[in-house]
Amino acid sequence: MKKVILTSLSVLALSTAFGGGVSHASEGNAHPLPNVDWSFEGPFGTYDKASLQRGLLVYRQVCAACHSMKRVAYRNLSELGYSEDQIKAIAGEYTIIDGPNDEGEMFERPGRPSDHFKSPFANDQASMAANGGALPPDLSLITKARVGGADYVFGVLTGYAEAPAGVDILPGQYYNKHMTGNVIKMPPPLVAGAVAYEDGMPQTVEQYSKDVSTFLTWAAEPEMEHRKQMGFKVILFLIAFAGIMYAVKKSIWSKVH
Amino acid sequence: MSAGPRTPFDNKVVEWVDSRLPVFTLMQKEYGVFPTPKNFNYFWNFGAIAMFMLVTMIVSGITLAMHYAANTGLAFDSVERIMRDVNYGWLIRYIHMNGASFFFVAVYIHIFRGMYYGSYKAPRELLWIFGVVIFLLMMATAFMGYVLPWGQMSYWGATVITNFFTAFPFVGEPIQTLLIGGFSVDNPTLNRFFSLHYLLPFVIVGVVFLHVWALHVTGSNNPDGIEPKTKDDTLPFHPYYTMKDSFGLLVFLIVYTIFVFFMPNALGHPDNYIPANPMVTPAHIVPEWYFLPFYAILRAVTIDIGIPFTEVTIITAKLGGVLLMFGSIAILLVMPWLDSHPVRSAKYRPKFRVALLLFVVSVLILGKVGGMPADVPLFHITESFIFTTTHVAQIATAYYFGFFLIILPILSRTEKALPMPESIHAAVLKCKSSC
Repeated sequence: MKKVILTSLSVLALSTAFGGGVSHASEGNAHPLPNVDWSFEGPFGTYDKASLQRGLLVYRQVCAACHSMKRVAYRNLSELGYSEDQIKAIAGEYTIIDGPNDEGEMFERPGRPSDHFKSPFANDQASMAANGGALPPDLSLITKARVGGADYVFGVLTGYAEAPAGVDILPGQYYNKHMTGNVIKMPPPLVAGAVAYEDGMPQTVEQYSKDVSTFLTWAAEPEMEHRKQMGFKVILFLIAFAGIMYAVKKSIWSKVH
Repeated sequence: MSAGPRTPFDNKVVEWVDSRLPVFTLMQKEYGVFPTPKNFNYFWNFGAIAMFMLVTMIVSGITLAMHYAANTGLAFDSVERIMRDVNYGWLIRYIHMNGASFFFVAVYIHIFRGMYYGSYKAPRELLWIFGVVIFLLMMATAFMGYVLPWGQMSYWGATVITNFFTAFPFVGEPIQTLLIGGFSVDNPTLNRFFSLHYLLPFVIVGVVFLHVWALHVTGSNNPDGIEPKTKDDTLPFHPYYTMKDSFGLLVFLIVYTIFVFFMPNALGHPDNYIPANPMVTPAHIVPEWYFLPFYAILRAVTIDIGIPFTEVTIITAKLGGVLLMFGSIAILLVMPWLDSHPVRSAKYRPKFRVALLLFVVSVLILGKVGGMPADVPLFHITESFIFTTTHVAQIATAYYFGFFLIILPILSRTEKALPMPESIHAAVLKCKSSC
């Protein structure tokens, strides 16, 4: 009987391992992605709030010049530890086009917490026209939409280097170790010291990249901490319930010959 | 389900209902005292587990449909709204998304159980055929469900799979046009896929009803593959199997919930978090893991079949692949007649057992190469001949069909079975003392 359980469990494990392994082993990349030690990794991982706030700063001062993040609303920033007033102040820094009003006119107003992050361009075409024909992707889901997740984002941000001999890089393009095809149209976005941190953390490209990758992971999976906490309760309950049912089953079956 | 002789119930309300519509008598007969072989192992849990997953999918799916918008301009955003703004929307969606995978896990183990212990053999052929029909309906439902979030893999998966139909001469293109509601995958496709994705699960429920009905006519098979003869061979379904199934289900749910809560996207593809874009093709279009073996069979055919020494092509490589892929499932329908060996269980058929386990290996290999790009070079055989993933897929496909069309008929005639126990009771007693 034990053998049968083991067989079925291993079939299960195999089939899942196969599925998971296979569907991810697709993108070709010459350089292996860096394996960063993230605070949110593993079943107990949580977001580092200070890092999230620094990451927001980097996003707003650097990334937001070209990349939209339209699925995140200012009100969501309460999860980063900001108070209602702070969120109102952040939202108020942006001008939102609203309307039409009673006269049928579109009008401008300061942003509100219920607004979604303001996009830097009115539409994809405007964005492409301003960025040499390349479309900077919306960043709301970027860590879920790339193999490697946060490691990938960190890798691209820190992966700029001199092109090796024999690799031709056209004007307006840059060599990047972790981009598919090793060519990227985004100029190196982060420069040491460009974003002023108030908490004394090092103002290096590496630290900026780490913080903004953490922030982008939160933007893609804001429910993660809640999900893991609930997961523990659910699984503990299921284990206890399964234990009870095993005892019940055993006692009922003990009379069978 | 007829009136028949009925034992009155003590409870007056129950008795009132039962004397007018004997639902309580029916439940009592089919799930209470129903005589069930007493030698089941844990493989027999997966029918109940699959049933539970079907209900889970329907309940979570109906809830998702309350928030989902089936329109190409809104679908992706509405799914993200479910994930971010709907109360516990992320939970419902992850239950549904991973539920599809785990429904397939349960069903694949259930099918393997049926093959290993010969549950497809007389008198259970029709029961088996209903099972294959359920499997086909599940595949159609899962495929259309994967299109609904309107991500890159949704769009391109739909494009590739509906394109299969164009392989058929004359009728192919009209079928494809009808299926996608136009000349390319677009809003009409999404609308009809949503409609059918909502409908088919209820069709599955109907066929499951027939499947269970047929099961309750013939009774269950069992690991020894011999019919119960006396009362010593069986136990009432309740409480023996209701409790055992509950335990098995809970263990299964633990694995399932680990995925839902801790690795919800492990079985999916990152590209499906990019909104569908008809202008950008993903580097590798791959279906969900549960379709990969069939995808590998599809791609295994690389040569046109024609009249030798002429330029005439009868079956193009594409049509050949599509026929083999559909054939790989259709062949299950005739399995009861391909294997006419009188002994059911692989426990007493050592040669069949080895052949079947190799069959499982071939399916796993097909799954592995199905997820890889075609023609990936593996190693050199000679200077000019390079062994590729496509060759692996061809060999595994050959074994897949060879198992059904060559090995099963030959073993039916030649295999000498091991000595069988006299009865289920005897088998259980023997096992108690030695295994």
